[in-house]
Amino acid sequence: MNIAITGLNATDNPGPGVPLIRSIKAHPDFSGKIIGFIYDSLEPGIYMDDVADIKYLIPYPSSGLEILYERICAIHQKEKLDLIIPSLDSELYGFVKLKDRLEDLGIKTFLPTLEHLNIRAKDKLFDFCKTHGINAPKNILLTSPNDINNIPKDFEYPLVVKGIFYDAYIANNIEEVKTAFNKMTAKWGYPIIIQEFIKGAEFNVVGLGDGTGATIGAVPMKKLYITDKGKGWAGITIEDDKLLNLSKMIIEKSKWKSGLELEFIKSEKSNEYYLLEINPRFPAWVYLAPSAGQNLPYALLDLAFGKQVEPFNNYTVGTIFVRASWDLITDIKAFEKIAVLGEI
Amino acid sequence: MNIFSIPANVAVSDTGFVFLPTTGETFTLNEIGKEILRMLQQNKNLDEITEIILENYDIDRMSLEKDINDFLAQLKNYSLLVEV
Repeated sequence: MNIAITGLNATDNPGPGVPLIRSIKAHPDFSGKIIGFIYDSLEPGIYMDDVADIKYLIPYPSSGLEILYERICAIHQKEKLDLIIPSLDSELYGFVKLKDRLEDLGIKTFLPTLEHLNIRAKDKLFDFCKTHGINAPKNILLTSPNDINNIPKDFEYPLVVKGIFYDAYIANNIEEVKTAFNKMTAKWGYPIIIQEFIKGAEFNVVGLGDGTGATIGAVPMKKLYITDKGKGWAGITIEDDKLLNLSKMIIEKSKWKSGLELEFIKSEKSNEYYLLEINPRFPAWVYLAPSAGQNLPYALLDLAFGKQVEPFNNYTVGTIFVRASWDLITDIKAFEKIAVLGEI
Repeated sequence: MNIFSIPANVAVSDTGFVFLPTTGETFTLNEIGKEILRMLQQNKNLDEITEIILENYDIDRMSLEKDINDFLAQLKNYSLLVEV
């Protein structure tokens, strides 16, 4: 089987492509070819040995769906793709829209619907949580600079100022809100989200839903080391039934189909979990899941091919991941190939 | 008399390394800390622990009781100990 996977940008803000490939290749039943879909000729995953067997440049989502579709068709002619696993937030809407046309070509996907993608969007998540009785930091949307002066009084500082797709800043006063607001509207546009700041420790869960509401697997992790960009650079699997049950309930209520990452904060004050985000794809630390006994990426593969998958019930508590920086050395010829021919 | 217990899921290794699986937190105990935790795991009460340490270490009762109470307060604070 020929599996195409995106997100080989294993940088300091890594995409999940490399750990997805590692997970799939680590499964004893896997035999096939991994095709890396890349957006840039310097994505580190291109130059890693034993990751993707062949790599192809594809156009950025901003280039438009038709251009992406044509490129996939051209690659499909050469590689006879069986499955595409997109793994980056910014490309998911495009791939979801192309799902039926890919299916017509004989290429499978295992993705949420547009409706399901939307309910977990940063500006909609609070409503979803409210409907289902899930704790979430209260938030409001700002759609113009004037709205900054109308932030309700019950929003106490510090506040979190978030962009609609990426980025978040902690603001300690209205001036800092204004600075963050201007930075993020310039980069990501409107609306801007003002969110209650909850003090506590961060916990994340990687999970896989089958689309009917059932959880195929879920592994909770506590971040042990966080970079200045807020990325977990080390983490440990933990045992917490409350967190696990909450995660399963979210997958059930959202009828989530695909991999996902749930981001929680455990309030120091109330000791309760607050849901911060539902990321609609596996996280960059997903290799921790098969390492702890739940090969969720391979299970997604099975689900995509219509196989019956038994839910995972266990995982090893105390499994640790520590991310590393590692300089890869390559020849200019390799770079030339990908830059000129768009494949390597 | 206070009776303390170490939650069943708290893992204590021979080296004094403690892992709390519910939060992912880890701690390192020194020799005497490790010994006290082991005695708590064996369901010894505070008086028994105090007597055993007085027998084996050169310390006066008042200082020992103060140190043990401080240590137990720390354990409780980190959810490594519950009063039953």
